Amino acid sequence: MNSVRKYLGVIWIVLGLFAGYFSITSVGLPKFQSGLAGNTSDMVFGIIMLIILTPIIVGALLTFGYYAVTDEYDQ
Amino acid sequence: MDSKEAKGIKSVIAASSVGTMIEWYDFYIFGSLAPIIATKFFPQDNPTAALLSTLATFAAGFVVRPFGALFFGRLGDIVGRKYTFMMTLLLMGGATFLIGCVPSYEQIGFLAPMIVLILRLLQGLALGGEYGGAATYVAEHSPDNERGFWTSWIQTTATLGLFVSLIVIMITKKSMDDVTFKDWGWRIPFWVSILMVGLSYVIRRKMHESPLFAKAKSEGKTSTNPIKESFGHRLNFKYVLLALLGATMGQGVIWYTGHYYAMNFLKTDCKVDSFMVEEIMTWAFVFGTPFFVVFGWLSDKIGRKRIMLAGMLIAIFSYFSIYKAMYNTATNINRTEIVEKSTSVDTKAADTKNPLDTIITTKIHKEYTDGTVFDETIKTTILADKTLKAPQPKKDASNKLPSDAYWKLIFLVFVQVLFVTMVYGPIAAFLVEMFPVKIRYTSMSLPYHIGNGVFGGLMPAVATYLTITAKGTGTTPLNPDWYLQGIWYPIIIAGVCFVIGLFYIDGSDNRIDD
Repeated sequence: MNSVRKYLGVIWIVLGLFAGYFSITSVGLPKFQSGLAGNTSDMVFGIIMLIILTPIIVGALLTFGYYAVTDEYDQ
Repeated sequence: MDSKEAKGIKSVIAASSVGTMIEWYDFYIFGSLAPIIATKFFPQDNPTAALLSTLATFAAGFVVRPFGALFFGRLGDIVGRKYTFMMTLLLMGGATFLIGCVPSYEQIGFLAPMIVLILRLLQGLALGGEYGGAATYVAEHSPDNERGFWTSWIQTTATLGLFVSLIVIMITKKSMDDVTFKDWGWRIPFWVSILMVGLSYVIRRKMHESPLFAKAKSEGKTSTNPIKESFGHRLNFKYVLLALLGATMGQGVIWYTGHYYAMNFLKTDCKVDSFMVEEIMTWAFVFGTPFFVVFGWLSDKIGRKRIMLAGMLIAIFSYFSIYKAMYNTATNINRTEIVEKSTSVDTKAADTKNPLDTIITTKIHKEYTDGTVFDETIKTTILADKTLKAPQPKKDASNKLPSDAYWKLIFLVFVQVLFVTMVYGPIAAFLVEMFPVKIRYTSMSLPYHIGNGVFGGLMPAVATYLTITAKGTGTTPLNPDWYLQGIWYPIIIAGVCFVIGLFYIDGSDNRIDD
């Protein structure tokens, strides 16, 4: 089971990168651009998405994946 | 546990749960009354006020809640659990009461939205600190083999808070006419808070400090820098990540789906009458809430991990069927219209803001063979200046359903609340058992509020994005199942959380005295 946890770590890292790409290109930037066009609500959400939420989501998945790969979750 | 101990823990539960429920109530009434608050404090035709409104909506959930978890978590691990969650109670109660007292934008201008924004942020801060304190306080009073059962009472408070907020708002609405409610009656639910907070404060003041924390403090074993110890040391930080990605992330999206998404889905996508939706949610909460305690108790017998993961798995595989059934029940796609009772009446009037423009109001009334009554008002603005682009027509639809559809919807929402009780009922005990006494408040509060505030809080935005993308802008939806696409968000997040929980969480150690 420890080896499964370790190899799954790679998936969490890839997932972190994918989540970052999706949240920036599909949510954060479009909202920000919509904000630049005059939609205040989208502007605020876009900024929060890009500066706060994306780093939390990506950072958590990448760090978790790294810990898994480096056997931190071995039991 | 003897009868004296049982009586003691019941007092602890009562004092903690009532206060936490009130804090959830305070937090939710702002959300439930958001449309009225917007008209009073945040006029949308003013860009600055609109910006403040958006900040009040997003910042309180996404930014301030986790910050409150850190701020009050640190305080709770240094000063003590009891004093910290007394502070959060007073902060929340005071902020809520004052929101109900702030003069409107028309009376004091920009000061009004500024004050409301600050008070809303204080609400978010207080909520971030409250839950971890209450859960830790109750858990540290509970015996190992009953911790899931006793802490599950704390878990009922979020749903009860929403439930009580809906009840108070409904009673207030019923007790006055619509104009009075929109004028000043909406303030009453905010004022009610101060009475409840006062009562809870008196009860909480009499409680003693948590025995485990008091012992650690007397032995000089408390932390001097809980934030650094929680998140700066890999040994503990890896469990913070595990709590977030293997438990609270999935729990957060399932909670939001069963509570807010279901409500918005019925109101927005299915156009069910707003008051009827609130009744449906209320009944589902009434029937569902006892199961928090049932699953909390069961988690003492068969383990927290099994129940939480089972809840996630069942939710993942049944959400599509549930929402399809809700759509088929709540909309009129399968109903037979009584054509002779249908009417459509147009009236024309000058726009009060721009008298040269014309507003055509179309009132549509339809009746169906099963007793469903559909009413829709469409306001179309015809601009005098034809070179300008006309705004989109404003539609306000309301579907009043017959009894069998009404009860079927209650059942379908109840099933979702049941999923919530499975993942949420045991989670306080689960989180408390992951972390040592000296950094428990800080370590468990942050993953809880990121899981709920960030992953759960993103639910409306991401689900709306997915739904709108699938629907498109044309008259024919791009995807015939457009209304189901928002559900992908909780399914994917809960799916990832399930796999992480399954492979990485051990869950066999339920001691908390370390």
